Amino acid sequence: MPARRRSLSAREARLAYVMLAPTFAVILLIVLFPVLLNVWISFKPVTLADLRAPAPVVNERAMEQPDAVGDELVLRLTMRNSSQRVPLHDVRWRKTLPPGLELERVDARCSQDGRVLTCRFGDWEGGHRETFELVFGAGAAYFDAGAPDVRAAPTEVRAQAENILTNFVFTLDNYRRIIAGPDFWSTLRITLAYTFFSSVGSILLGLFAAQLLNSSFRGQAFLRGLFLFPYVAPVIAVAFVWAFFLDPFSGTVNALGQRWDLMSEPISFLGQRSIGVSLFGLSFGFPLALATVIAFSSWNYFPFAFLFLLARLQAVPADMYEAADVDGAGPFQKFWFITLPNLAGVLAVLFLLRFMFLINKFEDIFLLTGGAAGTRNLPVLIYDEAFGRADIGAGSAVAMILFLVLLLFLFVYYRFAPETER
Amino acid sequence: MSAAIEPRSQRFTAPAVVIGALVGAVTVALVVMLWSLVATVVGGMVTTMPIGEALILGVLLGAFTGVVRGRRDTPVALAVGGGLLLALAYLALRAFRPLGLDAVQPIWGVVFAFVALGLAGFLVRYALRDLDLRRARRDVIERVIVRLLRGFGFAFFFVIILFPFWYMLSASLKTRAAMLRDPANLAIEFGLGAQTLLRGYWEVLFTFDFVRFIGNSALVATVTMVVTLIMAVLGAYAVTRLAFPGRTFLSRSILLIYMFPAIVLVIPLYAVFTQLGLRNTLPGLLIVYPATTIPVALYMLRSYFQTLPRDLEEAGLIDGCTRAQVIWRITLPLSMPAIASVGLYVFMIAWNEFLFAFMFLDSPAIFTLPRGMVMLDSQEVPRQYLMAGAMIITLPIMLLFFWFEKFLVGGLTAGGVKG
Repeated sequence: MPARRRSLSAREARLAYVMLAPTFAVILLIVLFPVLLNVWISFKPVTLADLRAPAPVVNERAMEQPDAVGDELVLRLTMRNSSQRVPLHDVRWRKTLPPGLELERVDARCSQDGRVLTCRFGDWEGGHRETFELVFGAGAAYFDAGAPDVRAAPTEVRAQAENILTNFVFTLDNYRRIIAGPDFWSTLRITLAYTFFSSVGSILLGLFAAQLLNSSFRGQAFLRGLFLFPYVAPVIAVAFVWAFFLDPFSGTVNALGQRWDLMSEPISFLGQRSIGVSLFGLSFGFPLALATVIAFSSWNYFPFAFLFLLARLQAVPADMYEAADVDGAGPFQKFWFITLPNLAGVLAVLFLLRFMFLINKFEDIFLLTGGAAGTRNLPVLIYDEAFGRADIGAGSAVAMILFLVLLLFLFVYYRFAPETER
Repeated sequence: MSAAIEPRSQRFTAPAVVIGALVGAVTVALVVMLWSLVATVVGGMVTTMPIGEALILGVLLGAFTGVVRGRRDTPVALAVGGGLLLALAYLALRAFRPLGLDAVQPIWGVVFAFVALGLAGFLVRYALRDLDLRRARRDVIERVIVRLLRGFGFAFFFVIILFPFWYMLSASLKTRAAMLRDPANLAIEFGLGAQTLLRGYWEVLFTFDFVRFIGNSALVATVTMVVTLIMAVLGAYAVTRLAFPGRTFLSRSILLIYMFPAIVLVIPLYAVFTQLGLRNTLPGLLIVYPATTIPVALYMLRSYFQTLPRDLEEAGLIDGCTRAQVIWRITLPLSMPAIASVGLYVFMIAWNEFLFAFMFLDSPAIFTLPRGMVMLDSQEVPRQYLMAGAMIITLPIMLLFFWFEKFLVGGLTAGGVKG
């Protein structure tokens, strides 16, 4: 019965799609669509202020109130375009008047149909302002209704404006400005240095920690939990802690260093771009703030590497070490010839994973230095451009550049990571 | 006992004395450094860092341990006793000025000198135990180095892990004046009374309205967890148990999606959410959070479902259960450990999330805790309050984590790919 089988598998497929539909929808809307939108925005001249849609603003003021039948009611409209840049099209103002009011002085732009008064003001340039008076004659019906306030009558203001995000104005200026900017290449270099050294640092710390805990002793599980602390704690909490204890004036590290004569004067670990170091007669500038940020990130993320490496270490067959013992190998030889080769795959994957996460890391540097003192990486540059300078388009352009760098590494990862580690 | 019948000539070996002296120097230096650090930041004492003295004492102690060695071990009593004697000699020579303390604090200083050198004697013996030191063979030296590295490693990790959290706790209980007077003193002054000590917490919770932020954070994290779990369980089940076109592709791209960086999503989401009026709202945040956690949750659950036997589910289907019944009655109960760990993991991510909360939330009424922390970061707010805030945001997640540590470790290793 092939037809029946097909319908069964079709039903199964349909069920699968139904079960996956919410996930698809969320990922399409919140991940894939924004990435595409980011490409779009990066080619557009958009600032933060443009995001709020422009609208006509109309203030009404009753200049004269009628006291008796036949008197005039004068309503003054003060109008403006809320946007300084974006023009408004086909601005309309519509009001349902109280009964007994007739438009007296007829303006070409306004017309009354029964109690409904409609004014068409046409197109307004950005920053347009206009004042306009309407004069009504009050009839008996107006006073019968209790002379209501005309401003309170239902009003509608409408206009069409190009949505800055959906129009077809494009520019390459965002990219041009970013790449030609004074700091772009140094930012890229700092990003790569931060990412590389933090990845290596966290993996080395993780490897060391995994070696320490790779033997069963009492309290091993407790220590394993303890070693995960830096990773589990909210980054905003530990970043402030680091910033405070490294503070040059009221920080514990500087106080201890001076008390124990390890440093002659306070060091601003997070505020000093470069510190002179002389080693073997060579003196050079050491990027202090960057190194501190790297130390923080290595500390923050080493438990991640630690967990993976510990799991892998415990899977190395014990008889390999026993065989090495028989051959009289020392611990260093065992580490070099047995442990490391066994870990090589995990180490490579870990490095790529950490690299891909750290290249996008915004919080660490933003919270510790705000990108000052030679620590600004691409994610912080995105923030600075988009929200610091209110240039959404330029921020998007940086985001695109970052995304391309990331894609390159993703490609490498998928090309070289073994199937099981994906 | 065997040491007693060793020929005397085999006891005095130069390598044992030299290696012992080196090990002793390193060990005593480590013990003294740790003592100085702990005495300062926990005990609030005024300390020095007498590395030179420590090295000399260590060489003496280590050489002694090497000299009094049997064939493979120094007797414990001799090693510890040597340390204690050395401490006595040191105190006598320095007129009872204690090791590592700046001022003369007789009790602690004397106690420490004995404890430190006795302990060091024990540790030196431990580092050299069970080794044949008659000749300086390469593998013996390597094993000694490895043992020293282990000791150093534990000390190092204890310090770098515990110090920041101790600082957080201590600074949350200290006034600005106390902190400025002596930044190195992180001792908790219990004598001040609870009211003074806990002032930062009181201010942060009630004046700065952290009580409300705790509620907001708990709400956001819980809803994110529930929504993510429902969608990820359905998705992971479909990917592992149902055949449909595109299954392999989908299975592979899940993790890829997770690699999409939040910082790239933040500008377009900011733009769209501003225009839709979703930006400064909790529902807006609750749309974004599950989207960032679903891929990783799905990936972790997928890995777990693949290890579950299909036979039970197939038996259920044959017995006439619907798919929904199979998932509810068979798959879910079997995968409770994985679901718990993934749930905790997602809760942790949502609780700690900073970037979107920082970008999206403007009104204090709907701040989450990380957003509230940013509000505290100003010149007018004492650091004590900030650290109290840090404790308030860190403690719940730490407690949860310690409570469910086993689950979480399993979950982190199964798919653990947090950014």
